[in-house]
Amino acid sequence: MPHRLLRFGLSKKYNEPRMFRSPEQLKKSYDVVIIGAGGHGLATAYYLARDHGITNVAVLERAYIGGGGTGRNTAIVRANYLTPEGVAFYDESVRLFQDLSADFDLNLFYSQRGHFTLAHSDASLRTMRWRAEVNKHLGVDSELVDTAFIKEKCPHIDLSCGGHAPVMGALFHPPGAIARHDAVAWGYGRGADQRGVEIHQQTEVTGILVEGDKVTGVQTNRGTVETSKVVCAVAGYTPPLLEMVGIKTPLVIQPLQACVSEPLKPWLDTIIVSASLHLYVSQSSRGELVTGASLDPYPIHSTRSTLDFVEGLSGHLLDLFPFLGDVKIMRQWAGLSDVTPDFSPIMGLSPVEGFYLDAGWGTWGFKATPVCGKTMSYTVAENKPHPLIEPFRLSRFKEFELVGEKGAASVGH
Amino acid sequence: MTDPIFIERLPAAGDEWIDRDQRLCFSFEGRCHRAYAGDTVSSALWGNGVRLLGRSFKYHRPRGVYSMCGHDANVMLEDGETPNIRGDTTLVEDGMELTAVNTVGSLRHDLAGLNDRMSGFLPVGFYYKAFHTPSWMFPNWERMIRGIAGLGKVNPAAEWKPSPKGYDACDVLIVGGGPSGMAAALAAGRAGGRVVLVEDTRCLGGSLCYAGATAPESAATVNSMRDELEKLENVEVRLNTSVRGCYSENWLAFIGPGGLTKMRATAVVVATGAYEQPAVFRHNDLPGVMLGTAAQRLVHLYRVKPMQRALVLVGNDYGYGVALDLKAAGVEIAAVADFRETIGKGELVHDVKTAGIEILAGQGVYEARPAGGLVGIKGARVCPVNSAGTGLSTSATNVNCDGIVMATGWAPAGDLIGQAGGRLDYVPEAAQFRPGELPPGMFAAGRVNGVFGVDARLEDGEHAGGQAAAFAAGKEVPARRRPADEITAPSYPYPIIKHPKGKAFVDFDEDVQVKDIVNAVKEGYDSVELVKRYATVGMGPSQGKISNLNSSRVLATATGQAVGAVGYTTFRPFTRPTTIGELAGRRFHPDRRTPIHSRHQAAGAVFMHAGAWLRPEYYGPLVRHQAIVREVQAVRRRAGVIDVGTLGKIDVCGADAAEFLERMYTGRFSDLKLGKCRYALMCDESGVVADDGMSARLGDDRFYVTTTSSGSAAIVREMKRWAIIWGLEVTIIDHTGQFGALNLAGPESRRILGRLTDLDIGADSFEYLGFRQAVVAGVNCRLMRVGFVGELGYELHVPAQHAAVLWDAVVEAGQPEEIMPFGVEAQRLLRMEKGHQIIGQDTDALTTPLEAGLAWAVKMAKPFFIGQRSLKIIAPRPNVRSLAGFVMHDSTVMPAECHLVVDGDEICGRVTSIARSPTLGQVIGMAYMRPDQTIPGTVIDICVEGRLVQAEVVKLPFYDPSNERQKS
Ligand SMILES: Cc1cc2nc3c(=O)[nH]c(=O)nc-3n(C[C@H](O)[C@H](O)[C@H](O)COP(=O)(O)OP(=O)(O)OC[C@H]3O[C@@H](n4cnc5c(N)ncnc54)[C@H](O)[C@@H]3O)c2cc1C
Repeated sequence: MPHRLLRFGLSKKYNEPRMFRSPEQLKKSYDVVIIGAGGHGLATAYYLARDHGITNVAVLERAYIGGGGTGRNTAIVRANYLTPEGVAFYDESVRLFQDLSADFDLNLFYSQRGHFTLAHSDASLRTMRWRAEVNKHLGVDSELVDTAFIKEKCPHIDLSCGGHAPVMGALFHPPGAIARHDAVAWGYGRGADQRGVEIHQQTEVTGILVEGDKVTGVQTNRGTVETSKVVCAVAGYTPPLLEMVGIKTPLVIQPLQACVSEPLKPWLDTIIVSASLHLYVSQSSRGELVTGASLDPYPIHSTRSTLDFVEGLSGHLLDLFPFLGDVKIMRQWAGLSDVTPDFSPIMGLSPVEGFYLDAGWGTWGFKATPVCGKTMSYTVAENKPHPLIEPFRLSRFKEFELVGEKGAASVGH
Repeated sequence: MTDPIFIERLPAAGDEWIDRDQRLCFSFEGRCHRAYAGDTVSSALWGNGVRLLGRSFKYHRPRGVYSMCGHDANVMLEDGETPNIRGDTTLVEDGMELTAVNTVGSLRHDLAGLNDRMSGFLPVGFYYKAFHTPSWMFPNWERMIRGIAGLGKVNPAAEWKPSPKGYDACDVLIVGGGPSGMAAALAAGRAGGRVVLVEDTRCLGGSLCYAGATAPESAATVNSMRDELEKLENVEVRLNTSVRGCYSENWLAFIGPGGLTKMRATAVVVATGAYEQPAVFRHNDLPGVMLGTAAQRLVHLYRVKPMQRALVLVGNDYGYGVALDLKAAGVEIAAVADFRETIGKGELVHDVKTAGIEILAGQGVYEARPAGGLVGIKGARVCPVNSAGTGLSTSATNVNCDGIVMATGWAPAGDLIGQAGGRLDYVPEAAQFRPGELPPGMFAAGRVNGVFGVDARLEDGEHAGGQAAAFAAGKEVPARRRPADEITAPSYPYPIIKHPKGKAFVDFDEDVQVKDIVNAVKEGYDSVELVKRYATVGMGPSQGKISNLNSSRVLATATGQAVGAVGYTTFRPFTRPTTIGELAGRRFHPDRRTPIHSRHQAAGAVFMHAGAWLRPEYYGPLVRHQAIVREVQAVRRRAGVIDVGTLGKIDVCGADAAEFLERMYTGRFSDLKLGKCRYALMCDESGVVADDGMSARLGDDRFYVTTTSSGSAAIVREMKRWAIIWGLEVTIIDHTGQFGALNLAGPESRRILGRLTDLDIGADSFEYLGFRQAVVAGVNCRLMRVGFVGELGYELHVPAQHAAVLWDAVVEAGQPEEIMPFGVEAQRLLRMEKGHQIIGQDTDALTTPLEAGLAWAVKMAKPFFIGQRSLKIIAPRPNVRSLAGFVMHDSTVMPAECHLVVDGDEICGRVTSIARSPTLGQVIGMAYMRPDQTIPGTVIDICVEGRLVQAEVVKLPFYDPSNERQKS
């Protein structure tokens, strides 16, 4: 029993303070308005207050804290990307994640499990080697491993894959981790709130006021507020917001689905991803198998689940773990992913002065939460892009300077 | 072994679900038990006097029968093979050996039961508040927590069993075979059309199967309706079948004896009934405390006497019927405690009074008094209540009993409605949610619709059945209407009594107490979704079916809102956990084989997967390397033949065919002459290389195009998409599976082909990049003179059924030259010697033709092609990287494909292809590098396992730079 829990047993009263207040009213104006109380919006608010002393900040959320992708994702954190720009960025996030529980004094269940991306063909073995080589070159712990190694770390896997497309090797990334996703939002929310940031739930932004090409305020279902700086951190909801300011991006919204099994005693310690099987799976600390596939293959703004998804996924789970036939899936769900052509985000300044973009998170944005907060807060405070996100600027599409992460992000998330 | 435990049941009754002629034996926690066929594990154990059926997830508190209908998530068993077997709904099979999941030691002596005493130290969300400092300790804590969490164990040796799957469609689907569902089926059935009625349990009747005193004439009603239904040939009834999910457009998944059925229904009637909801008080979770319907199920279906002496806690008149049922089953009724100040005047109440049962009006249960070890209860403390859910302990009185039966209200089983996008609205008069707006083609009837009286349910079902039939027939749908219902307030609005000492449970799966929700709200988690995520209400295996409503009630009170304003969490599939095996079905893994597959087998091919295709990697019996060298040498020196039937093969025809290819591909095709073919390169809109192949002109308005093997399906799809977008007069015909193809290559190939055809194939008459249609070996054939491997060569395309014949003929004709079949690996090597790129290997998701050395294939002067706009922007800039060839002088360290080309810290590119060339006797490769490094003679560094090795850049191709051989 950790001593921290003693106070609960020994006190008659429940004295835990509120994690976040719910302010009655919107103020007339804020220095910065952040749209979206997902992890990214809250982290940006947190670092704005903590590192840049900007506390007159409102985070506006149409539903509830963490109710978007932040509360729906499968919480894989890793840095084994393909491009030097991507690796540097996500690696910084992994580093920040490792200290976050202590930073917040909130246990995020950040659990380093080791992340395997299986290769079932020559071609994918080549891609894995490419990633491993880039990663190692940039100091990220990542290695191409053989089947014996996989078997040692994940003894129950069927490497013959049911005889269909045997596993030939894998990219192994020891720092690969999972975390309690909601708690990340809560931790940032609490930290921001404690430093004076206002979080307004049930507050939907319905318009953005622009004069000339400068932001002057936002309209919400609870009234209008003035501000000269707006951070748009709404992930899957980005296109309607960009329409409000007339910015065009190549973003496409596609659903991404996932499901969980009933809780089981621990048997799977690692995170297993297979791009050929469109599958990834880990076991949460509660014992559930948390599993998902690649994006739904069509653009649609809907979070309804499909049967196809869970049927296909089940088959592929059995390819690798044939003994799971009697294990039950408890729940399936879907979220919206804002996908870019190069599978990298869109971050930084925009053509509208005072309107900052944190978008293009597709299927990979949870792991970036801390580094987004860090870099976006810097970008807003200094009104210039943080060097780590410079490559992710919106204009890269015009300039044909894409940051191609498709090979590392399409199923791995 | 000890004698099996068996306690005789109540006297037989007509409609019981057990078969007294069949006795079964099974073991539970090492003790033998007897059961009747038809018993569930829980009914058999409870009948045999076992009260401790499982332990709860967090505090490991003893748990027993609660719902008896699938929501008893604490009675989870395992048999060494299957984890998480539900005791309340799983039928006993002879010889079963069951233990409870998640105990430390045994169920009775569960060491983790200590958690219950420590519960004060484990407040809501406790795991967020500890274990993370010092951080190096967390992995240890986590290991411990993971060990404690989780329910059943998987057996890694369990074998996979295929499970069937089926598709079906019907006009009207009725979900639920209770009175309203049966009435709906009759109404829809009489209207014609195909009607399917699915029922979760083993017989029709729904709640009327165990309604007892609450619906006295029900057996006759059910029987006559069943007979009626049997007469309707267009109505199919599926028992033991449960609908697990409702997806877009009435696409439903059920699991039944035939595995997974996927049903497309034009109209759906949801007649799924209601989930009875528990009351909340201290120790409301212990064995002996159960729902009224659970007690009724035990009594009527399994003929088990649920307890000796019961306190019946009610919030509606239904509960009086439950009391009468129990009394009739020989249970002594200590009292009926009715939450309501003013009790009903109905018949059931009257009968209870007449039976001399004491009624405690305006009273609730303050707490249950636990028996020793918490295994059961020995009494209840009953106290007056006010509507805010505060009981007054000072005036609590003792009632001795070994069971508390709760009949305080319902929640609609509205999962499918929610999944389909319908809404449930809170109706304060009824103190519960009812379906609001329903999605098109979905109708609700019976208790799920908030209609409780039997006659009203019948009427409601009939009306909904009629509505559904009309909808399915495309007729005008009669308006929704509520039948007059004699039962107006079936739910008590706040059946919750706080207790200063806690242990008043809202969620049994997750051991969530009232105070946990209140405390979560205090911490700011003050909406249903946040409470769910923080306190984990409704996150367990029963997904909140008997907890979400009470959770919303507690939340509403804690936040000063109405229950309707608090709402409920999103409904998602599955309505009931569904096995991975059932969802996976038979697992269909098609391997595509070319029509020549058997010949490769006979020739000793070693196959590899190339996408879905199986292709010969090389031909044995030599070891891989030697076999490849042999095949390469055969092609270079004499002749070889390779199966290229996996290539995409497409006819593009129509008046705009040439224009279409001009737009799809980067090259020119309008000027391609009849009898000619040309390399065709395709880019995406960002100017990135997407695919390549050959394009041959068959006629003025007809081309034959090949694509890469892996790209074929996507390219056909893209072509069709663009054809529609551009509105061109063009038809795309995919021949990929219909045609077989082979490539005959090598200096002797002309001689060999000459033996098989009358076509004039002389060097001048059938020149390089020529295209012909002719008979070869008696087969109509399309011939292309191509040179992918860098030798004189012919690609022969024939209808699939003739491909093997052609192959045989070629192999036969090539005997004098010792022709040899070659595989994918030899081809890869041969083409690399010739400096030809493989799209996808020597290109990646960002490669432009300019970087890949394919600029020659891009005709920028054309008016338009996909990717042109982008390439126009990119072209004037210097390349970031370029593909070039290299050789290794020191070949002791062999880089692998995708090893990096580096310059100090800078990553300049990567090796895309590398091999030891048997023809050149050297290690050769292609790599991306900085453009300034591509000058022949430059020495580049390749990083191999942390070591830098040197390679010399050379001009491509390595072999036959003057193209003499392929043009010969
Ligand atoms: C099934 C699934 C699995 C995933 N798995 C992973 C994974 O394993 N690893 C990983 O790194 N990433 C994963 N992702 C991606 C990840 O979830 C997202 O990229 C990430 O959560 C984005 O965070 P965010 O804070 O930017 O946006 P969100 O968390 O989506 O927050 C945006 C918020 O904006 C609010 N909002 C929208 N419009 C308005 C408006 N007009 N006014 C006010 N508020 C508004 C929304 O309600 C929402 O709360 C997954 C996603 C899904 C759907």
